[in-house]
Amino acid sequence: MVRVAVVKFPGTNCDEDVVRAFRELELDVEAKVVWYKDFRSAKWDAVVIPGGFSYGDWLRAGAIAARTKVLDEVREGVSRGLPVLGICNGFQVLVEAELLPGALLPNESGMFTCRWVRTVVERPRGPWLSLVPDRSRLDMPVAHAEGRYYVDEVTYSEISLKCPHLRYERGWNPNGSTYDIAGVGSENGSVLGLMPHPERAVGVLTPRGFNPGGELILRSIALSLRKGW
Amino acid sequence: MSYVGLYRVGVIVSYRRELRDPEGETIRRDLLQRAGYDRVREVRAGKYLDLLVEAESVEEAVRYVKEMCSKLRIYNPVVHSLEVLALG
Repeated sequence: MVRVAVVKFPGTNCDEDVVRAFRELELDVEAKVVWYKDFRSAKWDAVVIPGGFSYGDWLRAGAIAARTKVLDEVREGVSRGLPVLGICNGFQVLVEAELLPGALLPNESGMFTCRWVRTVVERPRGPWLSLVPDRSRLDMPVAHAEGRYYVDEVTYSEISLKCPHLRYERGWNPNGSTYDIAGVGSENGSVLGLMPHPERAVGVLTPRGFNPGGELILRSIALSLRKGW
Repeated sequence: MSYVGLYRVGVIVSYRRELRDPEGETIRRDLLQRAGYDRVREVRAGKYLDLLVEAESVEEAVRYVKEMCSKLRIYNPVVHSLEVLALG
């Protein structure tokens, strides 16, 4: 069975949700919570850095976790093509670790925002989006205080031309992100980070009027790990 | 290696001018302006670290802290500006 590590830092709190989502979809994936000090990239087929408040968001969301040895392990894995997904605080960690471009600033509203949003996937590519058609709509909830994605114009034009990314659908931007960006991937899509929570957008958790947008992402990685991408 | 003395160094991390700062805006709008302090035209919030550093001189202490700040990304150059102050 393919194995997915769900890395837990002090303060991570969405790790069990990710494991549960894989289990609920009966994906033939062994997803396990791994304490950050015990993580070795060579033992796993893919890595999820889940949401929460690693190190209490001290200094800046994700900044301290990004400087731990785990990220050296992750970086080494990425150089071998290991798929890595950062959700919410995990996205903040990947950005702070410079595995993905840009930065995540406090929401323009100044408030923690927790609600369902609609996103649109553009240039889907790589293991996490292999089943997702271009321009398809994935609905998921966000829950964050620092999700306002920022990149300069030059980096943005590179992202929009070359990299898989998710945008909040018009009118659904919950945090003031530049260019409505909700998530960004590396050029080949093996590293993906997003503010919305795929693990909370599975099956019965989906409210009326929204689609369970997390399912396609989790189904993608399960299939990709077995059959390639 | 032994150092001559202990020096206090201040580190200020703040958002670059062109980026909106909701915390600063809220402090100004919902606290200062409400209380009538309308001569304050702008508030920018940031993070302040007060460090006590072993070093040979205050200049060396500042250099050491500056290097540390960029190596460990105490500030994120994509969005922040950094000020390192010798406090004595």
